[in-house]
Amino acid sequence: MRTIVKRGAVAALSLAVMASAAFAENVKIAFIDPLSGPFASTGTNGLHQYEFAAETLVNANGGVLGGQKFEIVGFDNKISPKESLIQLQVAIDQGIRYVVQGNSSGVANALTEAIDKHNRRNPDSRVLFLNYSAVDPALTNEKCNFWHFRFDANADIKMDALTDVMAADDSIKKVYIIGQDYSFGKAVAAAAVSFLGAKRPDIEIVGNELHPIGKVKDFTPYARKIVASGADAVITGNWGSDMLNLGKSVIENGFKGPIYTYYAAADGITAAFGETGKGSLRLVSEGPLNPIASDRAADYVKAFKAKYPDGNVSQARITNVIEMLARAINDAGSATDVVAVGKALEGMEHDSLWGGKIMMRPQDHQAIQDVHIFAHTDEGVQFDYDNSGYGMVVESSVTMASADAPTTCKMKRP
Amino acid sequence: MDLILVNLIDGLVTGLLLFMLSAGLTLIFSMMGVLNFAHASFYMLGAYFAYQISTYLGFWMGLLIAPPLVGIVGAAVERYGLRRVHQYGHVPELIFTFGLALLIEELVKFIWGNDQIPYQIPEILEGAAFSISSYDIPAYKVFMIFLSLGIFAGLLFVMTRTRVGMIIQAALSYPRTVEALGHNVPLVFMGVFGVGTALAGVAGVIAGPVLSTFPGMAFVLGSIVFVTIVIGGLGSLGGALVAALIIGWLTTFAKAYNIRMEDILTSLGFTKPEPVWDSAWADLWTLTSPQIADILPYLLMILILVFRPYGLFGKRDV
Repeated sequence: MRTIVKRGAVAALSLAVMASAAFAENVKIAFIDPLSGPFASTGTNGLHQYEFAAETLVNANGGVLGGQKFEIVGFDNKISPKESLIQLQVAIDQGIRYVVQGNSSGVANALTEAIDKHNRRNPDSRVLFLNYSAVDPALTNEKCNFWHFRFDANADIKMDALTDVMAADDSIKKVYIIGQDYSFGKAVAAAAVSFLGAKRPDIEIVGNELHPIGKVKDFTPYARKIVASGADAVITGNWGSDMLNLGKSVIENGFKGPIYTYYAAADGITAAFGETGKGSLRLVSEGPLNPIASDRAADYVKAFKAKYPDGNVSQARITNVIEMLARAINDAGSATDVVAVGKALEGMEHDSLWGGKIMMRPQDHQAIQDVHIFAHTDEGVQFDYDNSGYGMVVESSVTMASADAPTTCKMKRP
Repeated sequence: MDLILVNLIDGLVTGLLLFMLSAGLTLIFSMMGVLNFAHASFYMLGAYFAYQISTYLGFWMGLLIAPPLVGIVGAAVERYGLRRVHQYGHVPELIFTFGLALLIEELVKFIWGNDQIPYQIPEILEGAAFSISSYDIPAYKVFMIFLSLGIFAGLLFVMTRTRVGMIIQAALSYPRTVEALGHNVPLVFMGVFGVGTALAGVAGVIAGPVLSTFPGMAFVLGSIVFVTIVIGGLGSLGGALVAALIIGWLTTFAKAYNIRMEDILTSLGFTKPEPVWDSAWADLWTLTSPQIADILPYLLMILILVFRPYGLFGKRDV
């Protein structure tokens, strides 16, 4: 009896091993981002965009290496760096070689450090970190490493593009900078001061302020100060409800000029601003939906909206991550040798689905791409956000923004 | 000078909103001894109900229908939840309301999702009512002020001039005597709980469009409401009003003016360490009033608890 049980167990085990071997045919990508808690909607929408991109751009075309499919595996990090490291370990234990993450530079800083350490100690199970949204400049400067690739333009690049547009606008004489009191808010403020100082020294910075993150109930006093300062334009790196409340309050209390932002779109924000934000809100980002670059891109957005009617194609760069990774794996001829894949990604030039080129700069693994300044409006919007009729329309563009910007990255290559 | 006037108006709006929230809470607490942790959740429900109604019938019907709806939910919670837990004492009641707050938040997320919802102010109240020099005062704020003052007047009338008010007043001070006199105290409790939550609902309906409607809105206001009733004195409507206004003005002025700790310390005769970022006191020296504006009410609460434990107008100890 006992031997039968033993044999059964052995058979079951070997079946399980065979099954996992069969699954290993898939190239698994760990998506480590918040899937519960206050930022769940951003995370879930991101996961959908990854699954959709992997399905339509790679798997539907026959996968990579002649038949291996991309599989996105979601890991909930509750936007906590500590939880992210646990989830990273779980992903590595499952044999996953590719990690994508984007929400919060705090998490990205923890992940890039942990992955660097892991890869040095475990050359057999190295992983690549494909960062699609965390824009802290440090990640591609003093904290850079070979395993980290950033597909979004970093905070400095975005501010460079933003201040190009502001510098060309002669009606702007006074600027007010306001942001959330943490590393990213401070990075935005510092970049704004230094770029404006270099490009338009005559612009006076009439306010430079940080407010507690996620704690301000009513932004009216801040709005009054902005109006009282006589500012012609406002710059803010706020996101989430801090962005919405600040913007609404500033507009409602009589500010007429432009508000330059990083994140005033999608996830309900576009719908909540509605008519109020028209003519005021500007946003700096990549991957334009209006006007759309090509029929192929238009079909992609339509198919996504058909599958996820409440979702938004809010992070266009996700398609770049998937397409470039697929190309790199094919070029390297292996999905498990991440050093070869990383070397194939370095310096890769790619025609983005959203128009323009992407170049993965080899010195610091920062993607160089076209950066656009968008306006929040309901005119000329083919693809809206939040099904609100309002969307982001390109006002001006900077081609291959900051391609020659210096970096302090001293990368050690394996 | 103009800016001071404008800030006074802004602070008044914040204070009155806070008053509407804390009025119900202070009544419920003084009467039933229940610290209703879910009170701010009813405020959130008010905003979400009103949004849902406004998508079909417009803003004004939302303002009319949502608060009674919230009141009915509140009364039902008292009748079928709190009253059963009541016999086991105050701690289970506390835990019950705490659980309720979490439940309501998850429910709201489940039904309306995690995003901000596009709950807008009605078109007729868009734009500025009037301007003081270059500062616009939005029409919606003027509307908020009049509505909350109206509610305060109504409450004051009911509490001091009507029979129901007399029974509630009596039950506040001598609950057992009132019961002995043959009044249906559980019914009074249910009524007070219902009206208290409906008031929170009104606050939600009118605050939703300006402070934005999202699942975290209850959490953001939750603790400050308790601070208000402790400062004002438990069970005192007038105290709640005064405390709410003090908090409104305190936070507004602290944010509107950059009072720097550096200036205060230098005027007190301390010398600034150079360079300041190497000093152990760097955080203190670089502090500005907008940074600490939102913790000033808590500081005030601690001072009140130390020097006047029953609050500004309260009669009972906390």
